Amino acid sequence: MVDHEDVRYVARLARLRLEPHELDRYAEQLSSILKHINKISELDLEGTEPMSHVLDLTNVLREDEVHDSLDSEEALANGPDVEDGAFRVPPIIGE
Amino acid sequence: MEYEPVIGLEIHVELSTRSKMFCGCRVKFGGVPNTRTCPVCLAHPGALPVMNRQAITNLARIALSLDCEIPERSIFHRKNYFYPDLPKGYQISQYDQPFAVDGSLEIALEDETARIGIERVHMEEDTAKNIHAGDSGRIAGSLYSMIDFNRSGTPLVEIVTRPHIHSPRMARAFLNRLKNTLLYLDVSDCNMEEGSLRCDANVSLRPVGTDELGVKTELKNMNSFKHLEKGLAQEIERQRELLEDGERVVQQTVHYDVASGEISPLRSKEEAHDYRYFPEPDLVPLVASQQFVEEVRRGMPELPEAREQRYVSEFGLPLYDAQVLTASREVADYFEEALGLFDDAKLVSNWVMGELLAFLNTAGQELSACRVSPAGLAELLHRVRDGDISANTGKEVFAEMCESGASAAEIIAARGLTQISDESELEAVIGQVIEDNPDQVEQYRGGKVKVIGFFVGQVMKQTGGRANPKVVNELLRRRLSE
Repeated sequence: MVDHEDVRYVARLARLRLEPHELDRYAEQLSSILKHINKISELDLEGTEPMSHVLDLTNVLREDEVHDSLDSEEALANGPDVEDGAFRVPPIIGE
Repeated sequence: MEYEPVIGLEIHVELSTRSKMFCGCRVKFGGVPNTRTCPVCLAHPGALPVMNRQAITNLARIALSLDCEIPERSIFHRKNYFYPDLPKGYQISQYDQPFAVDGSLEIALEDETARIGIERVHMEEDTAKNIHAGDSGRIAGSLYSMIDFNRSGTPLVEIVTRPHIHSPRMARAFLNRLKNTLLYLDVSDCNMEEGSLRCDANVSLRPVGTDELGVKTELKNMNSFKHLEKGLAQEIERQRELLEDGERVVQQTVHYDVASGEISPLRSKEEAHDYRYFPEPDLVPLVASQQFVEEVRRGMPELPEAREQRYVSEFGLPLYDAQVLTASREVADYFEEALGLFDDAKLVSNWVMGELLAFLNTAGQELSACRVSPAGLAELLHRVRDGDISANTGKEVFAEMCESGASAAEIIAARGLTQISDESELEAVIGQVIEDNPDQVEQYRGGKVKVIGFFVGQVMKQTGGRANPKVVNELLRRRLSE
């Protein structure tokens, strides 16, 4: 079972702000997801290779060729705060 | 109690491919911020990464040069964390199925060699560059940060050693050997100032004779050989003092301040890292077939160790010469090119080590910026060997070639340096010198043959150092014995 502390922890990792009344709901939903996924452990998977990708493909590679980049105005267009051609962000570690 | 340092290094190498790891933006250092970005390296929704073939080839070269095992299949993972230089909110990296494992690299110390184990070599992508606004330029106390995504997505190879290093000097020797190897492989420019080669160190102490590892700290971004060595020495000393005072070492990341020489803890994030690695669904597995690995192996250049041995066995050079010449690929290439045009290995070696490297050292110049080409050096050596100029004059000419970029022939002609070997020309000078110094002539004839040095000196003085010493010696002996 997922408890409130777990919910707060994963919310923090995902930078989600949760209201106290939401904790119950998320704990319940996450528990039910885990319960569903846990069904896999009931199967006998002896000798089955773990699957890392749904497609049966390997080595999708491109040649080392340079393509045009966006110009800087375009690149910065979605930045909420821009200075001297760079994205401006709040202090990274600070009080 | 005696303590022994235990050090493991984590090295990040930016590959010098033309384009980025997962998109076609150009890989280059610096430039106007945010001019080499696209939806992939800016993490716009829906953009998909596609692996760079050349980056994988370079990765395989590194793995083979470190004697690693390359498992047939490796996969990519997402390493999740929030940081402004990481636009996707995760870094594409490798986790429990890295590209290569279990290698080693041999390093030479003053009187012994040591083999340092390599735990893993894996592929990932570099992050963007943060510029911290504020007085210190450091992250702590900065007012805000500016992000330049030009670097975002540059192919980055991580190399992790086993904790087989036991002194700052050994760490330096390892990094030096690794850097040379990477330069030989032509996979990265390894420019430490520009961050193409970065080094973190894990360091702990343990009582000598025990096997258990002590609590370690992580020393971040030792971005020059000197800082690596000094920072490690400082951190080892700090830990030793703690342990000797009966205190404990706290596991943390520390920063070595180059200016003050002090170690201080980096303010760490509130909670322990929880990267929640999971397989990157946007990339399919990478299979390194035997055929691919063999192809890369066949295309491998000769590495420093092999080249060093060849210089001894093939060219008959002393081991010391071989070590100096092969320490850098650039120097070794220069040497071999000159040797191709002048077939006396020891002489070329002497001039490269003695004159060329000494000049670069004093001038603080890179070989690539040197104005004397290997062909230029070979031309000069021919003039010396042919007796046109003396070896000493040759050294002067070489210095001038370095300064002005003119050829040996031009300088010799312009300064009238051609050695005088013509006997009749020298006879006249010698006759005069003998006439002017009757006392010394008597001394010589009285058995004090060493005085010949005085006469040679006089002849040299009269000819501006251009007289061929061998011919002068012969002529003097003949004349003085008359």
